[in-house]
Amino acid sequence: MIISVASGKGGTGKTTVSTALALSLPGPVQLLDCDAEEPNAHIFIKPDIKRTEDVFIYVPRIDEDICTLCGRCAEVCAYNAIAVLPGSGRTAGRALVFRELCHGCGSCRYFCPENAIKEEKRKVGVVEVGYRGELEFVHGRMNIGEAMSPPVIRAVKHKLNKGRTVIVDAPPGTTCPVITAIHGSDACVLVTEPTPFGLHDLRLTVEVIKKMDIPFGVVINRHGLGDERTEEYCAQEGIPVLMKIPFSKEIAAEYSRGISIVEAFPEYRDEFAGLVKKLEEEMSR
Amino acid sequence: MKQVVVISGKGGTGKTVITASFAAIARSKVMVDCDVDAADLHLLLDPATRQNGMFKSGKTAEINPEKCVKCGLCRGICRFRAVTADFKVDPISCEGCAFCSFICPEKAIEMKENVTGEWFVSDTRFGPMVHARLGIAEENSGKLVSLVKGKAKEIAEKDGHEWVIVDGSPGIGCPVIASLSGANAAIVVTEPTLSGLHDAKRVVAMARHFNVPVMFIINKYDLNERMADDIRAYCCGEKIDVIARIGFDEDVVKAMVEGKTIIEYAENVTTRAIREAWEAVTSIGAG
Ligand code: SF4
Ligand code: SF4
Repeated sequence: MIISVASGKGGTGKTTVSTALALSLPGPVQLLDCDAEEPNAHIFIKPDIKRTEDVFIYVPRIDEDICTLCGRCAEVCAYNAIAVLPGSGRTAGRALVFRELCHGCGSCRYFCPENAIKEEKRKVGVVEVGYRGELEFVHGRMNIGEAMSPPVIRAVKHKLNKGRTVIVDAPPGTTCPVITAIHGSDACVLVTEPTPFGLHDLRLTVEVIKKMDIPFGVVINRHGLGDERTEEYCAQEGIPVLMKIPFSKEIAAEYSRGISIVEAFPEYRDEFAGLVKKLEEEMSR
Repeated sequence: MKQVVVISGKGGTGKTVITASFAAIARSKVMVDCDVDAADLHLLLDPATRQNGMFKSGKTAEINPEKCVKCGLCRGICRFRAVTADFKVDPISCEGCAFCSFICPEKAIEMKENVTGEWFVSDTRFGPMVHARLGIAEENSGKLVSLVKGKAKEIAEKDGHEWVIVDGSPGIGCPVIASLSGANAAIVVTEPTLSGLHDAKRVVAMARHFNVPVMFIINKYDLNERMADDIRAYCCGEKIDVIARIGFDEDVVKAMVEGKTIIEYAENVTTRAIREAWEAVTSIGAG
């Protein structure tokens, strides 16, 4: 079973929930941290990293000696990653490649009539695999200044091990990277907090999950802070509230030290394990 | 006209609360919400839309089953594995490169433009605000951020506003790069947590990469004072000013529930700290 943990926004407790789940579930578990921009789960899991693999995309390199500046490559590139500048009287023309814009689709190379384009690897990030006892841990880290996280997220998801219960810690937001992360999950846990901000973001995320047709439930973090509107919304929409984690300075303080809630307060272990049962009920509906 | 951008390594650190407070304090300004993935600033500023428009970007391939002869060429060349075994395009995987549409011998593939978002220019009780909403499951928020910032700059220049106050995008990806570009200062709001420090360092690296001077606000410092001190020590070592240390304050949440900024809601240590922070911002901006 693949369970992804998402939230409209960062800071709602997504990492708290995904790491607590990974540490509470019986049997072989795998945790994939897909927040390639800011992976945090490792802080709580403290895995022993065993393998590091680079993530590449293939970007074009144009052989200036062969290139006739016909401009075909620039024409087919949907991302404006190639500009072909015709020469003027004094300056020679050039074909320029903007590597950060390139998605690595390979179209330019295929269509170059002169065969002037080769592809070379460009490193966009790394994937690390580690262990903590039986728990298998994978995360990706994209290079600073990099614009696109999906290639790294995809590389993390390629490590998905169907023989285990898989927890996917999704990146925040409701856009491309989250979709890439959640895609293919059997169920989803949405983490929110009971404030107007939390509710606003929850509504957006619910729209996404409904579109993707994945069964889901909500975990309300910092319950007791804010107001009742989030719960009212869930009741109205028929969204199951799987668990409420109370607002407590002690939990926040342990979190700030990088200690998982289930390690600091073992009484939560059963509740997290039970959360999955509730999700399974949702799935069988 | 100067631009200050409030950012954070991660969401949920209080970035929007700080931005809205600055908006309440500053005299002459245009506000911008660059967190187009999950815009929140409007919840505190209650904007009335004056002008809006659609934002289009990117395309997705679509196979016309009537023309498609299932030759498999498109499926073979697509590096994003977006063409399924029954010759449909999975819109989630499609990156819109159009390679398939060029190569299809039957011309059965069309690239459909995505309407990815909407932008707004609005009036608020603190002045004009520019914001946007990115459509569900869309990408290219970087471009939308640039568009929104461009509009704010236009308004600020036309009406002679002193500041453009930007609620930046979280994270370190494409949208933040767009948030930071052209900024005179970046305020990093961080919480005293291990992950807070970890993320903040990445943001600093990013801001430096783009040559934008950085200042720190440590929010909820009393959740873990040792960690707050570590962040201070880090800033000290990096010659970064910590312009405010703000304690956890339930009034902030209460103000939020009422749709107000903390500045309007209370006069306490938190608001004093935020006022001082704004002074520090303006004094640097004067240089
Ligand atoms: S590989 Fe694709 S994205 Fe990259 S430059 Fe070539 S056509 Fe553009
Ligand atoms: S298509 Fe080939 S020959 Fe034409 S400009 Fe591009 S690289 Fe040069």
